[in-house]
Amino acid sequence: MIDRYDIYMAGVGGQGIGLLAEVLVRAADRAGLAVKGCDTHGLAQRGGVVTSHLRIGKAAHSPLVSPGAADLVIGLERHEALRAAQGHLKEGGVLVWYDTVLQPLDVRLGAARAVSAAAVEEECGRRGARAILVLREDLADPRMQNVAILAALAEHKLPPGLGREHIKAALGDLMEGPALERNLALFE
Amino acid sequence: MKNLGRILLSEEPFSEIVIGDSAVARALVESGVRAITSYPGSPTPEIADALGAVPKAERPFYFEFSTNEKVALEVAFGAAINGHHAAVFFKSVGLNVAADSFVQLGLMDIPGGMLVILGDDPGANSSQNEQDNRHYAELACLPLLEPATAQEAYEMTMEASRIARERRTAVIVRLTTHVCHAKERVSFGAWKPEPPDRTPRFDPDASNYIPIAASVFPMKRRALARLQELRASFETSPLNRVTEGGDPRRGVIAAGTARLSLLDALEELPPERRPAVLELGTVYPLPHGLVRRFLDGREEVKILEELDPLLEREIKAEAYDWRATTRIVGKLDPEELVGEYLPAKVRGILADTWPDLGLAPKAAGAPGAGPERVPARPAQLCPGCGHRSAFFAIKKALAAEDITVADIGCHTLGHLPPYKMGRVLLSMGHSTATASGLSLWNDSRRVLCFLGDSTFFHAGMPAIVNAVYNAHNVTLVVMENGTTAMTGHQDHPGTGRNWNGEIPKIGVREALAGLGVANVREVDAYRQAELEAAVRAALAEPGFKVVIAKHPCMLKLTREARRKPGYLARSVAVSAAKCTRAHTCVSAFACPSFQLHADGSVTVSRELCIGDGSCRQVCPAEAIEAPAAAGKE
Ligand SMILES: Cc1ncc(C[n+]2csc(CCOP(=O)(O)OP(=O)(O)O)c2C)c(N)n1
Ligand code: SF4
Ligand code: SF4
Repeated sequence: MIDRYDIYMAGVGGQGIGLLAEVLVRAADRAGLAVKGCDTHGLAQRGGVVTSHLRIGKAAHSPLVSPGAADLVIGLERHEALRAAQGHLKEGGVLVWYDTVLQPLDVRLGAARAVSAAAVEEECGRRGARAILVLREDLADPRMQNVAILAALAEHKLPPGLGREHIKAALGDLMEGPALERNLALFE
Repeated sequence: MKNLGRILLSEEPFSEIVIGDSAVARALVESGVRAITSYPGSPTPEIADALGAVPKAERPFYFEFSTNEKVALEVAFGAAINGHHAAVFFKSVGLNVAADSFVQLGLMDIPGGMLVILGDDPGANSSQNEQDNRHYAELACLPLLEPATAQEAYEMTMEASRIARERRTAVIVRLTTHVCHAKERVSFGAWKPEPPDRTPRFDPDASNYIPIAASVFPMKRRALARLQELRASFETSPLNRVTEGGDPRRGVIAAGTARLSLLDALEELPPERRPAVLELGTVYPLPHGLVRRFLDGREEVKILEELDPLLEREIKAEAYDWRATTRIVGKLDPEELVGEYLPAKVRGILADTWPDLGLAPKAAGAPGAGPERVPARPAQLCPGCGHRSAFFAIKKALAAEDITVADIGCHTLGHLPPYKMGRVLLSMGHSTATASGLSLWNDSRRVLCFLGDSTFFHAGMPAIVNAVYNAHNVTLVVMENGTTAMTGHQDHPGTGRNWNGEIPKIGVREALAGLGVANVREVDAYRQAELEAAVRAALAEPGFKVVIAKHPCMLKLTREARRKPGYLARSVAVSAAKCTRAHTCVSAFACPSFQLHADGSVTVSRELCIGDGSCRQVCPAEAIEAPAAAGKE
């Protein structure tokens, strides 16, 4: 039994982080793990940063992951992957990130430089952390990037103790019909 | 979850993974609450979402979104004095709006029992302040329970309901943001549906309901006596818990989510160094005997409470009377009054209080972040939002020195670059009145203010009547998007729907006419040239003028369109051949869909663009091409 395993997720409002988090909570629960979580939405739909916290294990009390303590960080966008890794990834942790770019305001205003993919890799290197990059050119709908992330997690057996079947069952808890079929097809 | 509504009506005990707000919704069903009211505000609208998932024909409760928190509280009160168990919920600052009636509740005999469920927001995650509403419990002579987890949110709402009915009073359940939104597997009890009792039981002869002059005193004495009885009953309440530690000299008293952060920190300590912990659920009135027994024999007790030092003051005052010798350690630093008691903050506070605990001040292992600075990502108006078109157009009608006043809603975001419009904010509905004051003794800087349509009905109208009545020289722009957008698109009186179905709509324009506003213009916010002209004209006229900048909320509209079969995603594109790199689209209009590249070229993100085309009019080179089915970027 895992004593404690912390996951911190970050993306941009509208990218579907809520669904990703909900699937992981339910999958962990189906795998028999003690789990709790919390989405921090704030003013989410307005394109700000959205984060979600998930904590596995009996020794986790608060639903919130502390800075520098996440075993696994999931980033749905390049800038947010780097921001989340800088803030929350622990030494020797894992970053799973989707390499799409949604420019923050200052980049669009020409007042700041966009982040490069190499900067994300470097940040992981500095932390002795593993970086797993996800990019699916074939996605029909960019809003399915979160499911591509789930597929990558299953492939790398993350988080530990969670199986492919648990994720599939969790998807089934949350959706039905064609939406479920589409997501399962991508997940496989 | 696909069948939340069904689950909430389960008659058998069950457990399910839910957020705190959904757990509260089940507690309302299970405890037989008949009348529930609210005004939307984070972190509580998800309670209404859960209630709304219950199939309409099977709802054992009446629910309404009222026009504001005060009205909501009064509707719930009215139902409760007629014998119906009732509940009202809203966000932290909503209690300020409701306060005039709320503070009377303690004086009343409420046969149905009533719950006031508050969504406080320490950390100001989505609010204009982080006020600590525990203060209001003492002000109104009402008990207050405070859960820390989703499971407790359910249990304490059930307990609050029991107390409210038994003592014929109102009970406050104080939730906070990360209790409302925390998810875990919650165990629920059985529910025995009862047929509704339709007997109106209001009896003003059995109990006085008119507090005035001397009649207030017996009512107040009854409220104080009730509090003393509750204080005594809380001495043995299972909502409070003592856990002995390995170190008998030390203890911590904690409440709310600070308790969880404390338990996280204690996990890092060897058992012999752990202090004892008193976790409080019945925060007001405080059970003094329990606290006294906890202090007795301990050398030092730390009080760990988020925001204001209420427990600290009360416990220190009581300890003085007991001549306690325990050293009571409260807040040591003004920073302990600011922000949420997140695990890292609480660990730091404990480490400062007791350096010899050996708590690492920071999580182990993490190296400092690398050199790369990630540009901030403030919240933005959505792609295609009508408010953006309105700001872009109105800015052109204003002189640099003119004063713009914000109000609360999505359009508050207009204060950010590049628009920088609406530069002062107090509360919902303040704008017209603050603008009126700004116009006094001021002949040189014109004053323009903004107001959303939900806020118009919430608290906007009195200041509008005032501006007409006292002839203030102000231009008000009503940003009418047909919804309460910022809190999740709830209906309001201007939308033609209430929570229970279709109703005739109360138009903003008609309402303004009824309020006596003679000078009103209405323009679609996407028609930027017309809107600019309308605002220019209004600014040039004397007195109080209103311009309605109208366009439906595009996030809501697009979400609804996406759900329909045959929906075709569309987006615009920037013609590289025509683009002169004026960058108006990206740096002045600033729809987030536009992406600026290092070589100065601009593209449109097909992930973000909704293809409404409202940006096309802003490009001086006409380089933005008509929306087409979204292809590759
Ligand atoms: C007293 C109070 N109640 C509730 C809220 C939460 N709140 C923030 S914005 C908003 C609604 C604004 O709706 P509207 O005025 O229509 O503007 P929109 O967001 O649609 O642009 C609400 C209810 C608040 N901040 N203060
Ligand atoms: S939710 Fe609606 S009103 Fe709010 S920013 Fe988005 S489109 Fe505009
Ligand atoms: S068409 Fe696309 S780029 Fe233009 S305003 Fe609408 S969302 Fe923004």
